[in-house]
Amino acid sequence: MMKDNNVIQVENLSKLFGDFAAVNQISFQVKAGEIFGFLGANGAGKTTAMKMLIGISSPTSGKATVAGFDVYKETESIKKNIGYMSQKFALYDDLTVKENITFFGGIYGLSKKQIEHKRRELVEELGLQEVTNSLVASLPLGWKQKLAFSVSLLHEPKIVFLDEPTGGVDPITRRQFWEMIYKAAHNGTTIFVTTHYMDEAEYCDRVSIMVDGKIEALDTPKKLKEHYKTDTMNDVFLKLARG
Amino acid sequence: MKRFVGFVRKEFYHIFRDKRSLFILFGMPIAQILLFGFAITNEINNVDIAILDQANDVASKEIINKIAASKHFSIVDIIQQESSIESIFKKGKVKAVLQFENNFGNNLIKEKQANVQVLTDATDPNMASTISNYISSILKKYQQELNENISIDYQIIPQSRMVYNAELKSVYMFVPGVMTVILMLVSAMMTSISITREKEQGTMEILLVSPLKPFQVIIGKVFPYIFLSVINAVVIVLLSIFVFNVPVNGSLFLLGIESVLFIITSLALGILISTISATQQTAMMISLMGLMLPTILLSGFIFPISSMPLPLQVISNIIPAKWFIIIVKGIMLKGIGIGFVLKETLILLLMTLLFIGVSVKKYKIRLE
Amino acid sequence: MKIILYIIKKEFKQIFRNKGMLPIIFILPLLQLVILSNAATYEIKNIQFGYVDADNSSTSRELIEQFEASTYFNVSEKFPSEKEASQAMQEGTIDAYLNIPTHFERDLQKDKTKGIGVFIDAIDGSAAGVINVYITQIIQNYNKNIVADLIQISDTVQKPNSIESIPLFWYNQTLNYKTFMVPGILVLLVTMITLFLSGMNIVREKEIGTLEQINVTPIRKSHFIIGKLFPFWIIGMGLLTIGLILAKVIFNTPMLGNLGLLYAYTSVYILVILGMGLFISNFTDTQQQAMFIAWFFIVIFILMSGLFTPIESMPKWAQILTEFNPIKYFVEIIRMVMLKGSGFVDIFPLAIKTLAYAIVMNSLAVWSYKKTT
Repeated sequence: MMKDNNVIQVENLSKLFGDFAAVNQISFQVKAGEIFGFLGANGAGKTTAMKMLIGISSPTSGKATVAGFDVYKETESIKKNIGYMSQKFALYDDLTVKENITFFGGIYGLSKKQIEHKRRELVEELGLQEVTNSLVASLPLGWKQKLAFSVSLLHEPKIVFLDEPTGGVDPITRRQFWEMIYKAAHNGTTIFVTTHYMDEAEYCDRVSIMVDGKIEALDTPKKLKEHYKTDTMNDVFLKLARG
Repeated sequence: MKRFVGFVRKEFYHIFRDKRSLFILFGMPIAQILLFGFAITNEINNVDIAILDQANDVASKEIINKIAASKHFSIVDIIQQESSIESIFKKGKVKAVLQFENNFGNNLIKEKQANVQVLTDATDPNMASTISNYISSILKKYQQELNENISIDYQIIPQSRMVYNAELKSVYMFVPGVMTVILMLVSAMMTSISITREKEQGTMEILLVSPLKPFQVIIGKVFPYIFLSVINAVVIVLLSIFVFNVPVNGSLFLLGIESVLFIITSLALGILISTISATQQTAMMISLMGLMLPTILLSGFIFPISSMPLPLQVISNIIPAKWFIIIVKGIMLKGIGIGFVLKETLILLLMTLLFIGVSVKKYKIRLE
Repeated sequence: MKIILYIIKKEFKQIFRNKGMLPIIFILPLLQLVILSNAATYEIKNIQFGYVDADNSSTSRELIEQFEASTYFNVSEKFPSEKEASQAMQEGTIDAYLNIPTHFERDLQKDKTKGIGVFIDAIDGSAAGVINVYITQIIQNYNKNIVADLIQISDTVQKPNSIESIPLFWYNQTLNYKTFMVPGILVLLVTMITLFLSGMNIVREKEIGTLEQINVTPIRKSHFIIGKLFPFWIIGMGLLTIGLILAKVIFNTPMLGNLGLLYAYTSVYILVILGMGLFISNFTDTQQQAMFIAWFFIVIFILMSGLFTPIESMPKWAQILTEFNPIKYFVEIIRMVMLKGSGFVDIFPLAIKTLAYAIVMNSLAVWSYKKTT
């Protein structure tokens, strides 16, 4: 069944702020286990669309399900099945690395043992042994972002939403970050990522490009480049954005 | 200079764009002064009292009628035995019980001497002593009527004149106080928050590395608030004149100058608070928790400073509001000129310089 | 339940880690309780008193001596004429003065009655009223002396009727203001701290962006809210406890009623305040806005609580408004329980209103807290 394979199903989804359509009748599907790139210029409506999918903003019209749950009525069930990392760094600066992990593990309802286990695994993987008891505020931005990503995976969600996760991060860290994404995808997590770095789009299985609240293109990076007869995703994007 | 003007303009935009805060800044002081001007009074009126009349004769009835007619009291309960007094006090239903002794009227006729007990709930000492004063003066009047045809020799009669406030209006006392508290808190809070906010969001650093001098940055941030606070002050003064009929016997111009000075003092205090707090939260808590009660209690706004214990009278000197209240009352009600408030004005000026001086020093240390 | 514990733990950690805030939360209020409770007194003492004595007779000097003997008056200066006295009042160096006219003694002996000018700075109307009572009393006592002298000489005068009013001050015989103010100021401080902290708390997470992170978790909003507010409830109760201990130790404030009753009431009262704080947090975008609103209400609550000025004397409409003032209820109840020993039945009508208030406020707050926009 094709439909069961789609963990995100969106049909004519819109969000209006007054007369302004921030998201204008978008439709797409995301398959289980894929890395789905959600591209667009600043202000194209990416974040608004994403907020509807993660259940913190109600759509004005249209239909959508995430992990099989309806975005209007079953937002709390959606939340059990997703992880989210926001554009703005959103761990607690005034808590230590360890305390942040414990807290978020705790509110996702993990047991003490599970939290302990996850924490060790995560600290080791990120090489944070030295700083587990330091305040998050004292970490460099790149570490913070990697930590935030790991925290969003704590409860082993089916889908993880990343909103411009690599903004302001140096190229090496970005590279490492994408390795983490690949690893998570390899473990079966579906990745929904927004970015405006077009080179990152190349790493995605499929990408959609949003312009002024609408999805203008949706395919694999390779096919998109062929279709628009360009060498890079950057050029694809420029062609679309300039209309 | 041009850069500076641009910066000030930016600050104005910031403030005027946030409609909600703007509404709060202007709406709240007006709402407060209207509310307090009409509602707050430390007169004692309409006090609920009960009567325990064990005599139940002509004299006691006459006195009860007089008390019922007074605007100070309303008789809400007639009780029959002494044992009920405790329970009505505990429920807080009445503040006083008037107890006429057995044979009150007979005693008065035969012995020329009769007693009334005034039992007051003295948890509020002011209320209690005022109630017993009022009742004793009602009794004195009744006594005088009885004694009308008996001449008492050698009377010195005090002819009291209530200077500056003949009708003893509470509003004369409270309007200057409310104005001071509002200006102080709003100004100090606004500046301390807006500066720490830039610090918290990291934009302060950007401003400080710009070609503007730190001093200019601070002045630029504070300037729009001077403007806002002056508008507030003008509105409050207009309301006191036209709504509450508080006279301005002195010079309106002098009042204006002094108000601007006080606003600057408050803003300078706000700057000082912002230098010692790292987050908006701390700044707000200092300006609210640290300033609110001392400004209300130690400034002479409600309670007379001269009656306080000596150490508190000394402490009250560091409260800027105290000096401004003296100035406002002096100019508005006593109609005095600058000559009479020179000391107070100089103190405010010195405080302002001190606040600014300490702040500048603190900023420099941070920058090094 | 476990989830709530995680939030509570986190909140406590954040509160105790913020070194700048700790003294503001715990030391500042208690310091204010100890210091400011002494300031709030309507008792009028140290009245700066001057006089003009144009008569300079033995009677006028005797009269002035009466004032010098009184503990209420500081007789500061004899002014050569009314002009100087009036100027001193303008400068604020004297609060009242007596103007004894020329031929005062002669006229008194001749006419048996003579007026005397009393001038009182009446900007503080209620203080002026009290000063007037004191002055009148001193003069009347002096009159009695003259009359008493006279009665000894001749017995022809009929004995006048006299009604003695005997004041009995219940619960506070010495009319100690601190007994009255300490509980009230304690209420204020507990209220201010809990309202400001809870009002800032959620809007702060909104501002720094962590709230969004919480909103995408499956956490139930009631759990989240309980977890966030409970620490402030504890802080409020803790402040009350320390405040009561200070009241006992430093001011020897009586505790006639049941301490358990006071705590039971406070536990409900703080809920009202926390609900209010949360409600403010929900309707604001920045801490600045939240604090302005909290400030607006707290100033109104304080000045219209009956703590410093009597509610009975307010106009009817204002008295109705005070029904919505939670501080009014707590101030009244803490005084009733501590100073009068009022029991559950006595405070029931007020307590039930507080409970209703708590329910309404918290329902509103929870209802208006939205995980989605």
